[in-house]
Amino acid sequence: MTAPNGQYAYYPGCSLKASASAYERSAMAVLERLELRFVEIDDWNCCGATEYFSLNRLPAYSLVARNLALAAAQPTHELVAPCSACYLNLRKTDDHMRQEPKLKEQVNRALAAGGLHYEPGTLRVRHLLDVIIDDVGYEAIAAKVTRPLAGLRVAPYYGCLVVRPFESDDPEYPTHMDRLLEVLGATVVDFPMKAHCCGGHMTQISEDTAFELIRRILHNAAAYQADVIVTVCPMCQLNLDAYQGNVNRRFGTAFNLPVLYFTQMMGLAFGLQPEALGIGSELVPAQAALNKIGQVPAETPRHTPKRRDKDALPMPSRQRR
Amino acid sequence: MPEGPNGRTFYQRVVQATPGGKSLAQCLQCGSCGGSCPSGPDMDHSPRQLFAMIMAGMEDEVLSSNTPWHCVSCYYCTVRCPQQIPITDLMYTLKQMAIARGKYRESGHVDFSNSFIGMVERFGRSFELGLATRYHLTHNPLKMVSKGTLGLQMMVKGRLSPLPESIRNMPQLTAILTEAKRIAAQQEV
Amino acid sequence: MTEERVGVYVCHCGHNIAGTVDVEAVAQWAQTLPYVAVARDYRFMCSSLGQELIEKDIKELGLTRVVVAACSPHMHEPTFRGVSARAGLNPYLMEMANIREHASWVHRDDMAAATDKAKALVAGAVRRALELKPLEPFKAAIKETTLVVGGGIAGITAALEIANAGYPVVMVEREPSIGGHMAQLDKTFPTLDCSACILTPKMFDVGTHPNITLLTYSEVEQVDGYVGNFTVRVRKKARKINTDVCTGCGDCWSRCPAKVVDEVFEAGLGYRTAVYRPFPQAVPKYPVIDVESCIYFQKGTCRACEKFCPTGAISFDQEDEVIVLSVGNIVLATGYKTFDPRQIPQYGYGRLANVFTSMEFERMVNAAGPTGGKVVLRDGVTTPKSVGIIHCVGSRDHRFNRYCSATCCMAALKFSHLVKERTNAEVYQFYIDMRASFKDYEEFYVRILDEGAHMVRGRVAEVTDAARQPGEEGKLIIQVEDTLIGRQRRIPVDMVILMVGMEPQEDAVEISHLFGIGCSTAGFFTERHPKLDPVATMTDGIFICGACQGPKDIPESVGQGAATAARVLSLIGQKEVEIEPIRAQIDESRCSGCRVCNTMCPYSAIDYIEELGVSRVNPALCKGCGTCVAACPSQVITGQHFTYEAIMAQIEGLLYDVRSGNGHKTVAEPQPVEVA
Ligand SMILES: Cc1cc2nc3c(=O)[nH]c(=O)nc-3n(C[C@H](O)[C@H](O)[C@H](O)COP(=O)(O)OP(=O)(O)OC[C@H]3O[C@@H](n4cnc5c(N)ncnc54)[C@H](O)[C@@H]3O)c2cc1C
Ligand code: SF4
Ligand code: SF4
Repeated sequence: MTAPNGQYAYYPGCSLKASASAYERSAMAVLERLELRFVEIDDWNCCGATEYFSLNRLPAYSLVARNLALAAAQPTHELVAPCSACYLNLRKTDDHMRQEPKLKEQVNRALAAGGLHYEPGTLRVRHLLDVIIDDVGYEAIAAKVTRPLAGLRVAPYYGCLVVRPFESDDPEYPTHMDRLLEVLGATVVDFPMKAHCCGGHMTQISEDTAFELIRRILHNAAAYQADVIVTVCPMCQLNLDAYQGNVNRRFGTAFNLPVLYFTQMMGLAFGLQPEALGIGSELVPAQAALNKIGQVPAETPRHTPKRRDKDALPMPSRQRR
Repeated sequence: MPEGPNGRTFYQRVVQATPGGKSLAQCLQCGSCGGSCPSGPDMDHSPRQLFAMIMAGMEDEVLSSNTPWHCVSCYYCTVRCPQQIPITDLMYTLKQMAIARGKYRESGHVDFSNSFIGMVERFGRSFELGLATRYHLTHNPLKMVSKGTLGLQMMVKGRLSPLPESIRNMPQLTAILTEAKRIAAQQEV
Repeated sequence: MTEERVGVYVCHCGHNIAGTVDVEAVAQWAQTLPYVAVARDYRFMCSSLGQELIEKDIKELGLTRVVVAACSPHMHEPTFRGVSARAGLNPYLMEMANIREHASWVHRDDMAAATDKAKALVAGAVRRALELKPLEPFKAAIKETTLVVGGGIAGITAALEIANAGYPVVMVEREPSIGGHMAQLDKTFPTLDCSACILTPKMFDVGTHPNITLLTYSEVEQVDGYVGNFTVRVRKKARKINTDVCTGCGDCWSRCPAKVVDEVFEAGLGYRTAVYRPFPQAVPKYPVIDVESCIYFQKGTCRACEKFCPTGAISFDQEDEVIVLSVGNIVLATGYKTFDPRQIPQYGYGRLANVFTSMEFERMVNAAGPTGGKVVLRDGVTTPKSVGIIHCVGSRDHRFNRYCSATCCMAALKFSHLVKERTNAEVYQFYIDMRASFKDYEEFYVRILDEGAHMVRGRVAEVTDAARQPGEEGKLIIQVEDTLIGRQRRIPVDMVILMVGMEPQEDAVEISHLFGIGCSTAGFFTERHPKLDPVATMTDGIFICGACQGPKDIPESVGQGAATAARVLSLIGQKEVEIEPIRAQIDESRCSGCRVCNTMCPYSAIDYIEELGVSRVNPALCKGCGTCVAACPSQVITGQHFTYEAIMAQIEGLLYDVRSGNGHKTVAEPQPVEVA
C-alpha cells in the first residue's frame, strides 16, 4: 500500500506552521524513524478551512484545487495532510470534481487563469493517521517501540473529519488509533465521545455552543479516568487544550486533561526526547501525566454495569456476525 | 410555488447547487439528522424541518434560519441519514444562498468567515493573530480581553506567530480566485 | 415451402404501449412485410375479445404463423400459444415481440424512437416466426411426493395441507427441530395468543403424520430434473444419537459439562449444553451432539452422556447420511434471519450491556426462556424502570436494507404491553412511521396507546452511556429528535430493545441457485408475478412461501403456506405435465465425439455413448439453455426453437431500415457472421 516510490506529497496546512507546530515537529521526527519520505508541496496555500465553502463555493474549490494541482506535479500519487480539515477539503474537492463534470470544468477554468490544471482522481488524498497505520502497519510500528507507554491511560480522540464523511474507519466508533496506541503500550480507555465534535470554529463565533461541546468530551474522558487525550487534528487539539481553562471557569469544573498529538505519543514510545516532539507547548501541561509511564497500569474501568455473574445473562460479543 | 430568476424553484436551486443533492427528494422526515446534531439545541429548525420548508418553497424563512450557521460541519447527520442525503453540504449551500440574498440574521458567523477569507486572499495563508484581532475588534471588542490573555499564553508557548506569512506566488492565487469569482457571479445560486 | 401467411397483432395494452408507441403505425408497417397476410392493432390483445380476434383470423384467413407484439412472453406467451392451439395452429408457431418492456416503458419521453424500435422488434419477430418449426411438448407423469424445505410455520402449513389431502411429503429442516422463529416467540400480535400453544400442536402433527417423512438436521445438496420429476440429494447430518433407541429422557444433556451460548434458539440470551435439544417441545424429541462444542470431540475425553444414557443411544461414530429423493414438486419455506445491529455501532449493541435485540427480548419474556419470563437487565436480577424500544433497526435505510421489515412495528407494540405487564416500567417507542395495516392491527395500536406507552416520532440518533447532565449517570441515554415537537431530546432509560429487521437467510443466494429460482439482490426469492402468482417461481414445480419471499408476519406466512399446498395439489391432480420441447439436439452422424459439450452442460444432461463414440442429450434433464449449442466446435448441436436460421433471421429483421421508408432493406448490409 506504500506509495510506489516511497514518496508522499505533503500538505502541512497553516496550523502546523503556527499553533500546531508541535504536531509537525513530532510528525517529522516519527516519519524519520519510520523511513517515510514526505516532500512538502512547494508554495501551497491555505485550504480555506470550513469558512470558504460557506461563502462562495467555486472560489472555495479553486483555492483547494491550486494545492491539488501543485501536488500533482510531484512524482507521486499520494497526498498526505495531518490536519483533518485540510484532509477533508482536499479530498472533498477531488471527489466533487470527479462527481460533477461541470464543477471540474469550472474549477479548471479558474486554475487556468493561474496557468494550472488538475485532473480529479490523479491524487489519493489521505490523512496522516491512515498513512501511518495502513502503509507502515502495526507490526512495523511495534518493532520501533523502545519505551512502551505502559501505565498511561489514554483517550483516543478522533474528532469528526478523519472518519466522516469519507469513512477510513467506522464513522461512529473508529478503532484504528486505539490499536495504534495499544501497540505503543498505552492503556486505551473505552471512550464513547471519541468521534464527537470539538466545536470547530465555534470557539470563535459562539462560545455557548463551543464550550458545551468541549465540556462533553472532557467530561467523558475524565469519567473514563484518562490521563491524556490523544488527537489527530490541530483544531481538535487547540479547542480541547487552549479552551480547557475557559470551560473550567464557565462550568465550575476542574478538568486537567493534557491533549497531545498521536505523533507525540509515537515519538515518546520510540524513545525520542519530549522536547524534540514539541511537548511542553500544550497549555494544559502534560508532564505530570507522562510521568506515569512505566508505573503499574491502573485497572481498566468497566464500561458495563457490574454484574452478579451467577445470574448474569450472556453478553453479546462485539464482533459482527 | 415561488420561482427563482431562471424559472427554477427554490428546491431545484438548492438541489442543483449541492453535489449529490438530488437525494433530498427522499427525505423521510425521520429526524436522524436533528437527533444527531451536536448543536441541535441551538438551532431554530432541525435540518429535517428546513428540508420540509425547502420543499414547501419557504425561501425567506429558510434563508433567515440560524440553522446552517450553527452547523459545526461534523458530518454526523450525513453518515447517519438513512437516505444518504448530503446534509452537511446542503448547509453550506444554504449559507451561500443566505449571503447572496442578504438574509442571514446573525452576522457573527459571516463576519468571521469573511475575516478569515480576507486573510487568505491577502496572504494565501491564514493568520491566527490577525484574524482574532480583526474579527474580535470589529465584532466583540469586550471579548478581546479574555481572548487576549489566551493569545498571550499561546504566544509564550510559541504557538502564535506575531507576523503573517505569505505564499510566494500571490499573483497566481489572486488570478485563480478572481476568475473563480467571475464564473460564480455568472450563475445564480 | 407452401405460401406462408403471417398474422401480426399489435396490442395497445391500454395506455401502457399506446401512450408511447404509435401502434397504428406499427401495424401499418407490419402489413408491408413479406408474407404478412394481416396486421391489426387492438386495445387489449389478451382480453377474450382480443383472443377471439386472433382465433378467427387463423381459421378464416388460414394463417400459418402468428406474431403478437405486446408485453413480455413471461406474461402472456402461454395465453397466445393457447389461442393458436385452439384455432388449430401449432402453438410453437406463435412468436411474441415485447414492445412494452423493451420499447414503450424504456423510451417514455421519445415516441418516435419507441415506435421505430417497436417496428424493428416486430420485423425481427416476423422473420423469426417464418423460421419456426412445429413442436410437440413432452408429457411426463407427476410424482406424488412433495419436498418441503424449511420447517417454520410456513413450511409446516404447506406440509400438513398436502399430507392431509393424502399425498406424501418429505420435510427437510436444517436445525435439530422444526418450528422456526415462531417457536422462539412468546406471545403473538395482535391477539397476544401464546405462540407455543398454537404452534406445538402443528409441530406434533408433522412429527406423527403418516404421510410426512421428517428429515431434521438435514440439508439439500443437489437438485436435478424438472417439474413432476425432481431428483434431490439430502445430507442428513450425523446427530451422534441413535434415534431408534433414544427416548428423549434428557439424562445426557443434564449431565453434559460443556456449556455454550445458544446463538440460535435462545438468540444468544441463554446457554445450552453440547448434547442438546433446543427446547422442550422440539419435534423430533431427540437431542443432537454439537461436535464443535463437545469436549470429547474437541479434546478426546469425557463421554459423560454415553455413561449416563440409559438406552445406549449415544453414537459418537455415527456418520452423515446421504438420501436421494424423487419428488414431483418442491416448496421452499426457508424463512429469514435478523439484522445484526453491530453494524450500527451508535446503538451500542455488544458494547452496552443493557441493549438487547428484539429476538433476545422474545426469549426473555418467554416463560420457557433463560429468565423464566422475567424482564431483567443483563445482570439477570435488576428489573428495569424504563425501557426504550427502537424501531427500524437496519430497515428503511440505504446503508443496510432499504425495505420496511413489516413486522417490527407490531412486535414493538407487543413488547410495550409485555414490559408493562411484567414490570410496570415506563415504555418509550421510537418510530419513524407507525405501520399498522391489516385486520385488527390499528385497534391493537390504540390499545397500546391506552396502556400509556410514550410514543416518540423520530429515528434514534444514538444510544450512549456518556452522561452529559444530572440524571443521566448510570443510564442508557437515547438521543433523538422528537420530530413532532422539533426538539432534540435525551431520554435516560435502563433498557433498550432494538427492533432488528428481517433479512434473507445468509445462504439465500446459494439456495436460489441450487433450486434454479430467482432472488432479489438482497436475497429474497422472487415470485412469478407479484400480484397474480405470488407463490410460484419462474421454475415450474418450485414454490415459495413465508418470509423467504419477503418480510411478513405469521398470518401471511400461513396464508402463503396454504397457497403453495393448493398449487401443488392442483398439479398432482393433473397427473401429468406438459414440458417445453425446447431442447438441444445433437446430429449424431456429424458428432466427432470430442466431449466438449459434456463438461460445459450446467445440468449434466449430456452423456457420452461409448459404443458409438458420440454424445447424446438427455431431454429429461436438458433445460434448453443453449450452452452446448454455442460450444460445439463441429456446430452439430441444434437448439430447437432457437435454430441458427431463426436467430439470424430475427437479427436481420431487427436491422431493417424502419426510418427512411427504404423498403425492407437492412440499415447496413449485415456481414456474414461466423457462428463458431
Ligand atoms: C422479534 C420478532 C417478533 C415477531 N413477532 C411476531 C408476532 O407476534 N406475530 C406474527 O405474526 N409474526 C411475528 N414475527 C414474524 C414471524 O417470526 C414470521 O412471520 C414467521 O416466523 C415466518 O415464518 P417462516 O416459516 O416463513 O420462517 P422461519 O420461522 O424463519 O422458518 C424457516 C425455517 O426454515 C429453516 N431453514 C432455513 N434454511 C434452510 C435450508 N437451507 N434447509 C433446510 N431448512 C432451512 C429454518 O431453520 C427454519 O426452521 C416476529 C418476528 C420477529 C423478528
Ligand atoms: S436524516 Fe435524512 S431522511 Fe432523516 S430527516 Fe434527516 S435528512 Fe431526512
Ligand atoms: S461427550 Fe460431549 S456431548 Fe457428551 S457429555 Fe461430554 S461434552 Fe457433552
